Amino acid sequence: MVPVSAYLILAVVLFGIGAVGVLICRNMIVLFMSIELMLNAANLAFIAFSRSLGIADGHVIVFLVLTVAAAEAAVGLAMIVMVYRNRESINIDRFSMLKW
Amino acid sequence: MSFDTVIFIISALVAVFGATMMIVQRNPVASVLYLILSLVAQAVCYVQLSAVFMGAILIVVYAGAILVLFLFVIMLLNLRGTEELGESPNAVGRFTKYLVAILLTIELVFIVKTATIPAAVTGIMNEAVDEFGSVSQVAKLMFTDFLYVFELTGVLLLVAVVGAVVLAKTERNESHSLAQDEEGADLRESAGK
Repeated sequence: MVPVSAYLILAVVLFGIGAVGVLICRNMIVLFMSIELMLNAANLAFIAFSRSLGIADGHVIVFLVLTVAAAEAAVGLAMIVMVYRNRESINIDRFSMLKW
Repeated sequence: MSFDTVIFIISALVAVFGATMMIVQRNPVASVLYLILSLVAQAVCYVQLSAVFMGAILIVVYAGAILVLFLFVIMLLNLRGTEELGESPNAVGRFTKYLVAILLTIELVFIVKTATIPAAVTGIMNEAVDEFGSVSQVAKLMFTDFLYVFELTGVLLLVAVVGAVVLAKTERNESHSLAQDEEGADLRESAGK
């Protein structure tokens, strides 16, 4: 039986890779995918805790996180399409209209 | 080394490999495919943790729907990955972002290694009941204890759909109202004559 800490470390490493992606990617779409990866890492931790405690509540929370991720992807991709129409680019350095 | 451990190590390596390749790829289509690889490996971990239903949902909803939406947008925008995105112009920022990311990962691993987790969580896992993580158990929880949260999720999805449509339609609305204004101006002019 694999100990739960192994799953937690896997989740942490995936979360770290997602954070690295958010920080270093210049491509807006890959940046969004890194956020999805971080959400999934949190899901893996939920599932691991749920299994080790024998309580299935974590599965419901994972379901809710998946729904939020779907909603976020829909709105985010709509924003990408809209900004691409105006700027002809998906480089995030060119999306600094709100930067003071 | 038991069979379980071997499966876990393989799927963990594949998940980390897919995630790493995702962020270093230049071509966004390849990034999406590597993320799908990573998600499939994570679904294997879910099944190992006897979350069979959630593993299936992960593949159907994520790999099947959300990532296909990403692919669809990439095709729609006609991105070939040849567009030179370049590096951040700020030299300090270029160095700092790697430092911050590596420090964050080290810190998270350190927290997991040293945190005082209750004894029930560490060590040997509880014996799973037969129906743990099955569709019926998750559904019972979702429609009893978490009913209001579940309903709120429905509202959230509705808001997201409306928001996405409004965001993606803005331009056409403006041109439409502009055309209407021009028509109105024409009418007023002809009325003036």
